[in-house]
Amino acid sequence: MANAADSQISPQPPAKPPPRHSLLVRLTHWLNVLVLLVLLGSGLQIFNAHPALYWGHASTFADPWISMTAEPRGQGLAGITQVGGLKLETTGVLGLSDGMQRGFPAWATLPGYRSLAEGRRWHFFFAWLFVFNGLAYLAWGLFSGHFRRDLTPQRRELSPRHLWAEIKDHVALRFPHGRYNVLQKLIYLVVIFGLLPLMVVSGLGMSPGVNAAWPWTFEMFGGRQSARTIHFLSALALVAFVLIHVGMVIASGPLRQLRVMITGGAISPPKPGALS
Amino acid sequence: MTSIPRRGLLAGAGSALLGLTLAGCDQISRNAGVRATLARAEGLTMAAQRLILARGALAREFTAADISPDFRANGSLRPAGVAYQNLVANSFADWRLEIGGLVERPLSLSLEDLRRRPARTQITRHDCVEGWSSIGQWTGARLSALLEEAALKPEARYIVFHCADRLDPNAVGDRGLYYESIDLVDAFHEQTILAYEMNGQVLPVKHGAPVRLRVERQLGYKHAKYVMRIEAVESFAHIAGGKGGFWEDRGYEWYAGI
Repeated sequence: MANAADSQISPQPPAKPPPRHSLLVRLTHWLNVLVLLVLLGSGLQIFNAHPALYWGHASTFADPWISMTAEPRGQGLAGITQVGGLKLETTGVLGLSDGMQRGFPAWATLPGYRSLAEGRRWHFFFAWLFVFNGLAYLAWGLFSGHFRRDLTPQRRELSPRHLWAEIKDHVALRFPHGRYNVLQKLIYLVVIFGLLPLMVVSGLGMSPGVNAAWPWTFEMFGGRQSARTIHFLSALALVAFVLIHVGMVIASGPLRQLRVMITGGAISPPKPGALS
Repeated sequence: MTSIPRRGLLAGAGSALLGLTLAGCDQISRNAGVRATLARAEGLTMAAQRLILARGALAREFTAADISPDFRANGSLRPAGVAYQNLVANSFADWRLEIGGLVERPLSLSLEDLRRRPARTQITRHDCVEGWSSIGQWTGARLSALLEEAALKPEARYIVFHCADRLDPNAVGDRGLYYESIDLVDAFHEQTILAYEMNGQVLPVKHGAPVRLRVERQLGYKHAKYVMRIEAVESFAHIAGGKGGFWEDRGYEWYAGI
C-alpha cells in the first residue's frame, strides 16, 4: 500500500520491475496448455483404434502387456482392463463406456465420437504446433538466460540438507514466494528436456517414413511397438505432472499464481532494509 | 447446511460445462473449415519426411526369426462376387494383371508371367494405421521393372491400383471399391513390389491373393490387396472420391508415412 501511495505522488514513476514471467514464456506456456490438451484427447482417440500395447518390434496379439476390452457379463457386457496378469473391471471408464466397447470414454477423446481419421488429423496438426512452440521456447530459454538464470539449480540448492528442507516444506505445503525452488527447477528440467522430447521421439518412432530415414527412432526403444508403449507411458507421466503442477498452483495461492502467469507479474521488490 | 446443495449445484454446473465443451469439440471437429485447416499439416509432414528421407532409403528389414506367427489380416478378408470366386477356384490361372493408362506399352500379365519378372524378397514390418505391427516375408515382382517394361508416358505422375474387393458395400458405384495410389518416388522404390508370396508360401486369400502391393515406408492401408489393374495417371481426382484411395476418400491421409 505504501509503495502504491509513494508511486502516485512521486513525479517520476520508479522503473517498472522486470516481469516474473517473460512474455514469451507466458505465450508458449498457454499455447502449450491448449496444444497438449488436444494432443492428449486426439492421442486417446488414436489409442482407441487398437486399445492394447506391446513391447518389441511387432504386436503379439494374444499377449499385450495392457489391453482394454469388453467381455460378456450376465445380460450385458463388462469393461475389462488387463495389465500383465492383473484383470480389473473398469466398466464405464475403460473398455466399455456408454454401452459401447471402447478403450477410453468419449469425454476423454477428441473427437468424442469414434473417428481414427479425425483423431489423426488433430494429432498431427497440433504435433507440428507443439514442435514449433517448443522450439520457440527452447531458443528463448537458451538466449535470454531463462534456463541459466531461473531453471539451473545453484550448487548450494543441491546440497542434501537444502533438498531435505525443501521436501519438508513441500509436504507441509509451505512455498517460498519469488523464484522457483529447487524441486520445482528439477522437475521442470526433467519435463522440458526429458519428457517432452521423449514424446516427440517416441511419436516419430511409430512413423514408418521416419523409421526408414532415421532407424534410431524406433531402435532406441527396441521396436515400434515399444515406441508406442513409451509414447503412452510418457503421456501418462505428463498428465501426472500437470495434475501435480496444478495442485501446487492451487496450494500456493491459485489466483495470484494464475494472474502472474497471465500478466507476467513482477519480481517482488526488495524488502526495506535489504541490501540491493 | 447449504453446502450439500451448493456442492451439487457446482458439480451439476461443472458437468454441464464439461458436456458443453465436449459437444463444442465435436462441433468443431465436424466443421468443414476446421477439417480443411487440420488437413494442411499433411503437406508439411510429407515435405518434412521427403526432406529427411533419401529417395532410396530402405525400410528396415528383419530376419526370419522376427516373422510374426500371428500376422493380422485387415480390411477385406475374402472379396465377395462371382468373378473373384471363380479366380480363386481356378488358383488364379485366369487372372490377368492389366497395366495401362499413361503407358507406351500396356501389359496383360498372368501370374506365371509376373513370377518370371525381376523379383525381390524382403522381411519387413507392416504398420497398421490402427497402431499394431506384424512382421512378414514378402516375395514379389518389382514394380519399377514392370513400369519400365510398360514405359510410362512423361505426363504420368501417379500409379493407381484397382482392387477386386468392395470394402464398402453401401457406397454407390466405384466408391465402394478398394483402390490406392502412390507417386513415382514410391513406385520406383527398391522395396515396392507386387507380392505373390508371403512367408515363403503362395499369398493367402485373406492377405490379398493373388497379389498385393508392398510400399514399405507407408502405413498398411496403402498396401492394396487383390490388385487387378494398375493405371498410370496424371491425376487421381476423377477416380471414386478423388482423394487417391478408399481410405483417403474417408478422411485418411494420402501420404501415410506417419
